Amino acid sequence: MIHVFAFYLFAVLTIASGAVTILARNPVHSVLWLILAFFNAAGLMVLVGAEFIAMLLVIVYVGAVAVLFLFVVMMLDIDFAELRAGFVKNFPLGMLIAVVLLAEIVLGVGAYKAGAMHLGTPDGTAITAPGASNIAAIGQLMYGRYLFLFEASGLVLLVAMIGAIVLTHRQRSDSRGQNVAKQNARRPDEATINMKPEVGKGMTL
Amino acid sequence: MTAFFQNLGMSYEWAWAIATICGILLIALPLMLGVAMIIYADRKIWAAMALRRGPNVVGPFGLLQSFADGLKVFLQETIVPSAANKGIFLIAPIVTFTVALLAWAVIPFNSGAVLADINVGLLYVLAISSLGVYGTVMAGWASNSKYPFFSAMRASAQMISYEVSIGFILICVVLWANSFNLNEIVLAQKGAGLGFVNGFWFNILLFPMWVMFLISGMAETGRAPFDLTEAESELVAGFQTEYSSMSFALYWLGEYANVLLMCALNATLFFGGWLPPFEIPFLYWVPGFVWLLLKILFFFFIFSWVKATVPRYRYDQLMRLGWKVFLPVSLGFVVLVSGWLMFTRYGA
Amino acid sequence: MSVAQLVKSFTLWEFLKAHALTLKYFFKPKATINYPFEKNPLSPRFRGEHALRRYPNGEERCIACKLCEAVCPAQAITIEAEPRNDGSRRTTRYDIDMTKCIFCGFCQEACPVDAIVEGPNLEYSTETREELLYDKAKLLANGDKWERALAANLEADAPYR
Repeated sequence: MIHVFAFYLFAVLTIASGAVTILARNPVHSVLWLILAFFNAAGLMVLVGAEFIAMLLVIVYVGAVAVLFLFVVMMLDIDFAELRAGFVKNFPLGMLIAVVLLAEIVLGVGAYKAGAMHLGTPDGTAITAPGASNIAAIGQLMYGRYLFLFEASGLVLLVAMIGAIVLTHRQRSDSRGQNVAKQNARRPDEATINMKPEVGKGMTL
Repeated sequence: MTAFFQNLGMSYEWAWAIATICGILLIALPLMLGVAMIIYADRKIWAAMALRRGPNVVGPFGLLQSFADGLKVFLQETIVPSAANKGIFLIAPIVTFTVALLAWAVIPFNSGAVLADINVGLLYVLAISSLGVYGTVMAGWASNSKYPFFSAMRASAQMISYEVSIGFILICVVLWANSFNLNEIVLAQKGAGLGFVNGFWFNILLFPMWVMFLISGMAETGRAPFDLTEAESELVAGFQTEYSSMSFALYWLGEYANVLLMCALNATLFFGGWLPPFEIPFLYWVPGFVWLLLKILFFFFIFSWVKATVPRYRYDQLMRLGWKVFLPVSLGFVVLVSGWLMFTRYGA
Repeated sequence: MSVAQLVKSFTLWEFLKAHALTLKYFFKPKATINYPFEKNPLSPRFRGEHALRRYPNGEERCIACKLCEAVCPAQAITIEAEPRNDGSRRTTRYDIDMTKCIFCGFCQEACPVDAIVEGPNLEYSTETREELLYDKAKLLANGDKWERALAANLEADAPYR
C-alpha cells in the first residue's frame, strides 16, 4: 500500500515539476523546478531498488550540475520580449521535435510490450548474483566485465576536460598572479636590509 | 521500534509509520535543544578565548540565552523586501533548515540505533550535504539585493569545490571500512588502531584525511575561517542580509545543525562513532550515544576553537586551498589507500 | 622552499601554535568584569543620562537662559520659556533628544546654575525610539531620582573647576 502511494507521489511530482520547468516564465524558477524533478526521479530510483543510482542522481545532477545551471541562469539578464520574438519562426521545428519524441516513446513502449528484448547477458541470465547489494553489483560490472569501456569513458572525459582548459585558458602577459608558496617561503632577512648610510651621502639600494 | 508498535496490534505499515515518526521526533527535538545549547557554548568558548565572559545574564551562567534570543526573534515581524521574489525568499530558509535535519537520519547513535539503516548511508549524507547550497543560493537570488547575491555566488562556488575533496576523503574511509553503511563503518573501526584504539584516525594513511575532512567540513558548513558567504566586513551579512524574524532563525538553526552534523560525521567516520575511544571492556558500560555525544562536543569545541583563532580566508585563498591543495592530495590518498589495501588485504 | 618549511607547512605547524596560544588564553582568568552584576567605578565627571536639578526647597534651578540650547553641538536641546505667574522666568518646555545627544557635556558646562547635569546613570535603554525623546517632566524626574548622586559628584569635582 505504502509503496504504491510513494510511487504515485514521486511519479506525479516528477511529471508535474517537469511540466512546470518548461512552463515557468522565470528561468530561475525553471531550474528550481528541474531540481525538484531530479529529486523525485531519485525517489523513483529508490523505489525500484536502485538506491546507488538514486544517490548518484542527487549528488551529480542536483548537487553539481543544477547548481551550475542555477549559477549561470541567475546571472543572465533575460529579455522576455526577445525570447518570444522567435517563437512563431521556430514553432514548426519545435513541433517536429515533439512529434519525433512522441513517436519514439510510442515505439519504445510498443517494443517493450512485444516483450522480445532480453537485457543482460546473451543467454538471458542476470549478470550479477541476485543477493549482491546494489553497489557491489554495479562495481562488479564496471570494474569487471566493462572495465575497458569504463576506463575508455574516463579517458574521453579527461580529454574533454583538458580540451576545455586548453581552449579557454589564456596566458596573459600583463597579469601578475600571486605565488603563495613563494610568499610563504620568504623570510624577514630576505625581505629587509639594515643600512647605515653616512650623513649627507644618501644611499643606493 | 516497529516491532513494539506491531505488538500493540497494529498492521505493519501503521506500526512502521508511527515508529518512524517517533524516531524523527526523538532525533529532531533533542537536536533542536542541542542546537540552542551549542550556540550558547559557541559564544562562551569564543568569549573565553578572547578573555571575555560571553552571555551571563539569562538563567544561571546565561544558559538560557539562546532561548531568550529565540523568543526575541520569534516575536519580530517577518519583513519581505518589496523587490524580493516572495515565494523563493520564504522557501529558502525552510530548505536550509530541512536539509540540515535530513542527514541525521543515517547517523548511528548506538549499535543499530539509527533511523534509516540504508546501505548507501554515506552517499546519502553526501547527497544531502550537496543540497545545502540551495538554501543559500535561493536566498541570495530571491533577496534581489546585491550583497546576498554576491554571497550566493560565493556559496555555490565554495560548497561545490569542497564537496569534491570531501567526496574523495569519504572514498578513502569507505575503502578501508569496506562499506557505505555508517553503522558498518563504525564497527569496522573497532580496534582499528593496534587493536586498542577505536577509530580510523590512528591510521597513518587516514589521519591526514581526517585533518582534511575537518577543514573541508568547516568550509562546507561556512564556518570561520571560511565564512565568506556571510563575511560581515564585505557583504553586510551575506545571504541573510534581508532576512528577519523566524526565517532568520531558521538559517541560524540550520547552520548550527549542519555544524553539529559535521561534528557527528567526524566522530562517526574517524573516531569510532558510538564506540568508546579505547578498546577496554569497562568502557562499554557507558551507553554508545553518550560516547557519540562526547565526541560531537569535542569536535564542536575544535570548531569553536578554530573560529576563535584563525582569521577569515580571502576568497582566492579558499579556492586555491580547495582545488590546488585538497583535491590533488585527497586524490593521491585515494590511490595510496586503495593501493595499500590491494597489497595488504587482497594480496595484490 | 627549504625542507624545514615544507614540513612546517604540511604539518600545519603555525596553525597548531596559534591554537595552543588560544587554548592557553581559554584557561586564563577573564579580563572583563561580570558586567550586570559587577560594575566599574565611575568618575564623578562621568557624563551619562541627563537630569534637571532642583534647589533643596523644591524650586527648579533652570532659569531658561538657553545657554545649553545655544552651546549644544548636536542641537539636541529645545527650550521654550515664558514668565511664570510670580514673575520669575521659567521654561515651559525643555526637551532633549537623546538620540541626537553626543554626551559632550557642554550643556552642564554652560549652565550657570548647575540645573542641567549629566548624571552617572548609563543604563537607560528603551524599547522604542519615542522613549528617548526626553521632555521636562522626565528630566526633572531624573533629577529627583539621582539628586544625591548628582550632588555628591558635583561636590567631588568642584575643587577642579
